[in-house]
Amino acid sequence: MSSTFSIGGIHPKENKISRECHIKVLPTPPTVYISVAQHIGAPAKPIVAVGDKVKTGQPVAEPGGFVSAFIHSSVSGTVKSIGPRKDLAGNNQLTIEIAVEGDEWADGIDTTDTLITDFTNDNKVIIDKIRLGGVVGLGGATFPTHVKLCPPPGKKCEMLIINGCECEPYLTSDFRTLLEKGEQVAVGTAIIKQVLGVDKAVIAIEDNKPEAIANMKKVLGNLAKTSSNFSGISVKSMVSKYPEGGEKQLIDAVMHRQVKSGGLPIDVGAVVQNVATALAVYEAVQKNKPVIENSITVTGDCFPGQANVLVRVGTPLSYIIDSLGGFPAEAVKVISGGPMMGKAIANPDAATLKGTSALLFLTAAQTERKQETQCIRCGRCEDACPMGLEPFLLNKLAKSDDIEALEANAVQDCIECGCCLYSCPANIPLLDIIRIAKAQVLGIIKARNNNKPR
Amino acid sequence: MSTIIWTVVIITALGLILAAVLYLVAAKFKVEEDPRIDEVEAVMPGANCGGCGFAGCRAFAEAAVKAPNLDHNYCPVGGNPVMRKVAAILGYEAVEKAPMVAVVRCNGTCDNRPKINEYGGYESCKVKAALYSGDTGCSFGCLGCGDCVSACQFGAISMNPETGLPVVDESKCTACGACVKACPKSIIQLRNKGPKGLRVFVSCVNKDKGPVARKACKAACIGCGLCVKTCPHGAIELSDNLAYIDYEKCRLCRKCVAVCPTGAIHDVNFPKPATKEEPKA
Repeated sequence: MSSTFSIGGIHPKENKISRECHIKVLPTPPTVYISVAQHIGAPAKPIVAVGDKVKTGQPVAEPGGFVSAFIHSSVSGTVKSIGPRKDLAGNNQLTIEIAVEGDEWADGIDTTDTLITDFTNDNKVIIDKIRLGGVVGLGGATFPTHVKLCPPPGKKCEMLIINGCECEPYLTSDFRTLLEKGEQVAVGTAIIKQVLGVDKAVIAIEDNKPEAIANMKKVLGNLAKTSSNFSGISVKSMVSKYPEGGEKQLIDAVMHRQVKSGGLPIDVGAVVQNVATALAVYEAVQKNKPVIENSITVTGDCFPGQANVLVRVGTPLSYIIDSLGGFPAEAVKVISGGPMMGKAIANPDAATLKGTSALLFLTAAQTERKQETQCIRCGRCEDACPMGLEPFLLNKLAKSDDIEALEANAVQDCIECGCCLYSCPANIPLLDIIRIAKAQVLGIIKARNNNKPR
Repeated sequence: MSTIIWTVVIITALGLILAAVLYLVAAKFKVEEDPRIDEVEAVMPGANCGGCGFAGCRAFAEAAVKAPNLDHNYCPVGGNPVMRKVAAILGYEAVEKAPMVAVVRCNGTCDNRPKINEYGGYESCKVKAALYSGDTGCSFGCLGCGDCVSACQFGAISMNPETGLPVVDESKCTACGACVKACPKSIIQLRNKGPKGLRVFVSCVNKDKGPVARKACKAACIGCGLCVKTCPHGAIELSDNLAYIDYEKCRLCRKCVAVCPTGAIHDVNFPKPATKEEPKA
């Protein structure tokens, strides 16, 4: 029996056309561009200079604050330049350009495929390795993992949830990871479980991926025979519904607990980590391998070169597209991420980041915006909203700049999933407008909290 | 018959008693209001645009009456004539301010700044700016969705369909600053109108390095510093690859306009047979 979250949600066409494509390793590009802003929080500070020789896996930037992460060179070669370069959205970001020479890895990194299931009991060592490995939440939010694994004092974690839902249409990289690297994900899960000191961990997978569920059950069954580290980890089948993989929705679905407005998952005793993050934790702790590559789904109905590829962080998108057969003629839009929450790419020369999960090609017919008409108060947006908000009302309030009413109606809880926009029969760009209002309200809340007398 | 008489008597008596009560209550709890507030409000333009920083003309009048002088209360829409009237009513000294006007600091016309991608989203500068850097190579310039046009209550800004840039009608602009707030790229600024409307300004906000800026837009300020060297009055400063002309020091000699290699410096309202360079803003 699959479980799901209690309110809202939609079921867009799944379109997982690249699900049978094995993850293949893409050759390293001639040049990589490593941005220092690859995570939520303060950007990292470069610690290399122009002309320096770097090895694969060597740190090139150190954390710029408490919520920040290390960034490593994904290739070996020479630092060509450090300066502003246009990112996916066309905005300037401080970027380290490295010309590739061979592929020499930094000392201490285990590049073999051998599975290491035994890990240390010392949580401090583990967290330090995760921090030094630059592990961030690879589900998309890119929150530094070592910060998430240290719950604030007084908060007790009761359950670890590994998010393998991959509820966005088209995306298949987490699915392939679960199939091909299930053992590593399981060990990563066990490591995170031990660090958090919880007895129970759940790997949540949507029921449209029965192969992944079966594989993880088999893997966990085998591993549980070898070590007690793996007891308490179970696989849970989830209803295929968007946004099942949203952090708060997943907690609701698995634990039947609701995170309050403005609260954190830890408030209800949950910590959620993505499948790819669990894999990154395994590699950082067991193999000393930092986050220097990630698997990306390259797909689209008009793209014949469907693939799940493992690419080095900082690979230019144009290089990935060219090596998979070039830009399809019918495509008019490329999206980084899934069709629901991904962002259109303004600059194809931009490079991948740690959090890049997919490249999706859409045709003119798929991207067409239909004529906006009047709101008919049908309430479909309200039914679809997984956060229980009233998008039509927020839209109206945002247009009249009623900031107080927006805050009272919890615009700050919006997870920007796009269910309202998807379900609106009047084609009102609800999310576009709500997103702006949310940013405005969050800014005001932050300023207010900063001004509070202590 | 007697019923009607009694009714009339009782209702009349009741009316008189309640009127007396109301009168007494009104006299007892009377709110003293400065009569000058009404007088000041009467001379205000009545646009309620908020350009002064208050919620409307009434709020401005209340604040002006309370304030010890008019230094911090100025109605940009009414300008000096209105402020002289306000000062006369309140017995303060009138604060004279040079008239301001909204200036669009972008010359990224369709010719100067070719599009590199097509924007298919919601037509609003705010939304567009939140999504990405824009449909041209310049991540600083005008987005062209016209948020400033809809923000203007005086109909002083319109989009020029040929250039794709907003145009300020100086005769209608009141310098209320609504467009300045509406522009997510901070391209529009309030500047001194200048003597007889004559002024020279840098029509660009691109802070990229020269080659990058030039590649994105033919009319960009490339931060070459020629104008800084040429200016005989030391009025031009260069910071972040962008020139800035100090209004106080500028003597309107227009030597900078002549030397600017990209035509990023504009002169406005000068007589027609001016120097032989680019079209006006």
